[in-house]
This record gives sequence, C-alpha cells and structure tokens, in this order.
Amino acid sequence: MPRTTTVWRSITGAVALSALVALAPSPASAKTEIQFWHAMPGQLGDATNELVKQFNESQSEYEVKALRKGTYPETLTAAIAAYRQRQAPNIVQVFEVGTQTMLLSGAVHPVYQLFKEQEIAVDWKDFIAPVVGYYTKDGNLYSMPFNSSTPIFYYNKDVFQKAGLDPAKPPQTWKQVEEYAKKIIASGAAKCGFSTGWPSWTMVENMHAWHDQPFATRRNGFDGLDVQLLINKEFGVKHIGQLAAWQKDNVYSYGGRAGTADPKFINGECAMYIQSSALIGGFTRGVKFAWGTGQLPHWGPPYPKATSIIGGATLWVMKGKPANENRGTARFLKFVSETNQQMWWHVTTGYLAISNSAVKNLEAGYHFKKNPDQWTAFAQLTKGKATPNSQGLRLGNFVQIRDVIESELENIFAGKKTAKQGLDDAAAKSNDLLKEFAAANKQ
Amino acid sequence: MQRTVFRSWWLPYVLVFPQMAVTVVFFFWPALKSLQLSLYRVSPFGDTMTFIGLENFTKLLADPEYYRSVANSLVFAAGVTVLAVAGALVLAALATQKIRGLAAYRTLLLWPYGIAPAVSGIIFLFIFHPTYGVLPYFLSFVTAYEFNWLLKGWVAMTLVIAATAWTHLGYNIAFYIAGLLAIPGAVMEAADVDGAGPVRRFRSIVFPLVSPITFYLVVLNMVFAFFESFGVIDAVTKGGPGDATTIMVYKLYKDGFIGLNLGSSGAQSVILMALVIGLTMLQFRFAEKKVTYR
Repeated sequence: MPRTTTVWRSITGAVALSALVALAPSPASAKTEIQFWHAMPGQLGDATNELVKQFNESQSEYEVKALRKGTYPETLTAAIAAYRQRQAPNIVQVFEVGTQTMLLSGAVHPVYQLFKEQEIAVDWKDFIAPVVGYYTKDGNLYSMPFNSSTPIFYYNKDVFQKAGLDPAKPPQTWKQVEEYAKKIIASGAAKCGFSTGWPSWTMVENMHAWHDQPFATRRNGFDGLDVQLLINKEFGVKHIGQLAAWQKDNVYSYGGRAGTADPKFINGECAMYIQSSALIGGFTRGVKFAWGTGQLPHWGPPYPKATSIIGGATLWVMKGKPANENRGTARFLKFVSETNQQMWWHVTTGYLAISNSAVKNLEAGYHFKKNPDQWTAFAQLTKGKATPNSQGLRLGNFVQIRDVIESELENIFAGKKTAKQGLDDAAAKSNDLLKEFAAANKQ
Repeated sequence: MQRTVFRSWWLPYVLVFPQMAVTVVFFFWPALKSLQLSLYRVSPFGDTMTFIGLENFTKLLADPEYYRSVANSLVFAAGVTVLAVAGALVLAALATQKIRGLAAYRTLLLWPYGIAPAVSGIIFLFIFHPTYGVLPYFLSFVTAYEFNWLLKGWVAMTLVIAATAWTHLGYNIAFYIAGLLAIPGAVMEAADVDGAGPVRRFRSIVFPLVSPITFYLVVLNMVFAFFESFGVIDAVTKGGPGDATTIMVYKLYKDGFIGLNLGSSGAQSVILMALVIGLTMLQFRFAEKKVTYR
C-alpha cells in the first residue's frame, strides 16, 4: 500500500507525542474531572461549551470536560470503543434512535438510579411528558433529555404574498398544502411547493404519530422486542403515495436525507418546508425573506389528531465509574435540567426547554409573544392529545431501520417502486433487523 | 546480482522486525479479529458474544441487498480503474511533450492526489449538487433534463466514479510520466524514420513498453476502488439514492459502525478480503502473460 509509510510515520509521531505528554508533569488539581462526549457542531457546540463553562464556574469541586466526538453515530461508536477498553466517558450524548441500544446495553447507569443514590431530588413531574416519555422505561427515566426538537412547518411569507395567499395563514391540512403549492407554482412565485428534511423522521415517524397511527406493533416497541413495522398499512401508503404523486409536478420536491434539503427553502426554490424546530435559530440569522411557522399539516378525518414526536439526543451516564465522579455527573445533569439553564438553552439554540416551569417562565417573560415561532413546537407537543402512538418509538437497530426506510423512500420518489411496494420492502427489511436485534438481546 | 551476506545470524531478523511488526499489528491482527468477529453475534457494547458459526455468512449470501452492493462495487471499481488509468495515460503522454511550462503542468497534474477523498467529495458536492451546485444551474439553461442524483441512481454512480477517479489520477500520472520518459529516444526515432505515425508509434512501441506500469496501476486502482473509496461516497451520496452507490466497503461501514452489527460487518470484511486477494491473484496469473517486462 502506497500510504503505509506516511501512516506509520504519523503513528510513531503520535506515540512519541503522547509519551511526551504522559511524562510531562501534570498540574496538581483537586477537582474531579467529568468526561462529557457530545456531537454538537458549530453554534450548538459553542452553546454546549458555554453551558459546561457555567457549571464549572458555579462550583469548585468538579470540572466537566466537554469534547466533541463527531456526528451522532461517530460519538456513539467512540463511546462504545472506549467502553470496551474500560476508558468510557462519564457522560455521552446519544441520539434518540440509539435509545433502545443504550437501554439494553448493560453499559449504562440509569439517571433515575444515579439521582436516587446521590440523594439529589429532581421533580420528574415537571418535565414535559412527550420528551421524558421517549426515554422512560417502567416509569423511570434512563437518560437525561438534553436537546429535543420536533418537526414543524415553515413557509415563505413573501412567496405567499406574491401568489395571492394570506401570509398570516399557513395551511393546516395536506389538501391545503397541495392547493397552495399549485397556486404558488402557477403564479410563478416559486418553482416548487414544499420539501422536507430528515425524510423518515418527518414524513414517516412523525406523520404516523401526528395522525394517531401505529408505526410498529407492541405499542411502537415500548412493550417488547418482538416488534414489526406497520408503516406499509393504509395510512403510510396513502401519505407516501401522495408525496410520490406530488413529486411529479413539483408540489413536493425531494431534497435528500438529513438537512440537505435546507437550501431549497433558504434560497426560495420551495415555498414551504418541514424540518426540525431547532432550525428556527439558524433561519432567523440566515434567511433573507419573511417567513413563518405553523403546525404540521394534517389529513383530517377519518384520522384523529395526536401530538408529534421528538427528535434529538439525551445524556447517558456510563456505568462503572467511581462514586465521587458519579456525584459530579449527577450534579452536572441536575444543573442542565434547572429552569434557568433550560430557558437559556432554549433561547440560544432553539431546542425545546424540557421542564414545564421553564416554559411557564418563558411565557411570563412574553418570550413566546415576542417569538411566536418558538411556541409552535411546544403547542404541537403539549396541546394535542397524547396517545400510545405519539409517545415515541422504541426500536432496536433503529439507525439502520431509518436508513432502510429512507432508501425505499428514494426508490418510491424516483418512480422505481410504487408506495406500497417500497413500504412493503422497507417493512420486511426492517422486520429482519428487529428480529436480529431481539436475537442478540435475549433477556 | 550480488548476494548480501550478514555476519551475524540475528541482524537480518532485527532489520526486518519493524516492518513485520507493523504488518502484523496493523494488517494481520485486524484481519484475524475480523475473521473471529464474523463467526459471532456480538452485542453493540461487546459484552456478550455468541458463537453462531457461519450464520453471518449464510445470511449475507441470502440477502439480495448484499449482491447489489457486490454488483455496485464491480461497476464502481471498473469505472474508476478505466477512467483513472486511461485518463492518466493520456494526460501523461501530453505532459511529456516538449512544451513551455512543462514543470508547472506536471506539478499541477499531481495535485489532486494530495487532496483527501472526503475533501474532494465536498468539492464535487459544491459543483454538482442539484440544490446548490454550480453545474446543474448552468445545465438548466441548456437542457431540461434534471441530473438529480438525489433520485437518479446512474447519475449518482457516474458522479462518485468521476470524483474517485479524479482523486487518484495524479498518482497514476506520476507513474506514467516516469515510464514514458524511460522509453529510449532512439527507438522512437527509428520508428519515425520507418514512417510510423504517432498512433502507430503509440500502439506498437509506447503501449507495450508501459504495459508493466499499466498492469501495476490496474491492480492498485482496483484495490483502491474496493477499499479506500469510502471517503468520497460518504461525503457525496451516503450510498444513495436507494442503495445505488452502496458499494461493499460502504455497506460494511454502515452495518458495522452505524448499525453496530459487528458480526455481519466482520463477515463482509472477510468476503471483501477474499475477493480482493482472489482478484489480484487472477490478474497476476492471467494478465501477466500479456505484459512485457523489459
């Protein structure tokens, strides 16, 4: 291999360097160090570091060291590799789809237990139910919610105006979305109607919850490991089939996975967009035209209306750490969940505040009056009817399942498969992954 | 050839040791570990390992998706190799002409090799992305056809092949320039005198004389395309649309590092290893006969 020598050189270099570092005398520090690995990029990373700094300055016993380990999957993989070497961090940020993997890993110290041991009182009832519910097992919270968001509806007010639509009134139903999109395209105000970010999360996972439809058997996986997906039933086929049909005349325009479709909305190509509520901050800074938000469109009867579900990540505590470190970890997690920090975090990042008291305080300070767009997500999560279908999803191998679903969505939108075929295939492949997970985690 | 004789019996071992140590630690040890992993079902955190024999392999071999990744790999490797090797030969031939500013051209031609695959992927994204790329914007004035590789598999495949070939072009060019310069001027002159045109000279003299290099580069580019092309695909298509650009090494990464299915990932790397070893052996056995060494 041509690059062996350079690799070898950099390895020896790194070894020599780390030996030097190890030999160097370390400053005697009385503070207990808490390692915290996260996946927050850019401004979100700055906000995370700021939060950590605030904690470190608030007391003198503990020093939390925050370290960005890459994307969510990279952070998780790094934590796993470290755990195997008995070098795990105290706290690791894991995205919501990794929840089942973490729950059954046997490598974590559940936060409810940690707080009990450390005799730190936390008013769990004050937490917003749809957020906490996602990470609760048998009534106990296993990981500390950190950054949570939910998909909401964004629209370009300038384009609405140009197309003769009322810029104060976002569409409420999918029928209206179609009607508005056609008007917008016909008037030449924009090239396309709407696009979506995180296709599986917004269009499959959340649409099922929002319409009170089951995503999977066994109460979306909360009741057991013998789960099967239900996304290829009547509702899923109808919704995805409609998107595929709209893709043909630009009412809908697929823009890729994750956030790759963001530019379609930002540069004015698509008049409407469905993405995480956590983008409000970025849009406020980066979008040139007038825009607004609304709740997710709904298909109306016969489907009932429930709440949307969250996305984002939580903080997991790794087990096997000494008691003094665990105490510091608990203190930090408690700090993060306190009202003031929650308010600051929400206002700075656009992620949801996770306690009702933080939301109440924000309301009292007229925050939502001044920033109505920030209220949209809370309204969508807390004002609707919470049902078993909208409390979240708990699936093993969920990362791969999302990948499978998004692959098949691409096949459907490209016209290679019908909605029914594509979703059947996605369900069949996902069911294999679920079976595999169940076999690997026999209890 | 002169045989080097060492006075002490241990000196050669000491001299060879560092290289052997690197090979064992960084190549054989991981390979053995993959082999071991491929026979187990492993929980993500590695706490429980259950021996399941060949189940990881039988599952893979019954999975149509896996065969698609193999087919994708073959298309991808063939595309990259042909493009990168043939392109390099043409460019190298041009860069050995007697022209002004030759040194500058040659240096520039080597540059792409210095760019990390992930970075070149990002560059290609900015040029070709259907939403914010430069090229689709200009193409939209010329043709109504949408080269939307977020939904069109063949466009995505063409794109990652081009991006990967481009990153490897510089390396190949370096070899070809050296090879072309080593062709004795007298031979070419003689052919010239005999009335052979440039095409004939290339076919009858240049091509056979650089064939050992071509052969070496084909093997190397194949292996490169199979193993080290991960960065470009991850940056540009992430294996999509559907699974149109999910080549074997990318599927292995997705299953192992994102899906945390280490057993299947281990089995895939064993198969990949076997495939590449087999391919290289085949090439040496059959292609070598047609190669002229001097």
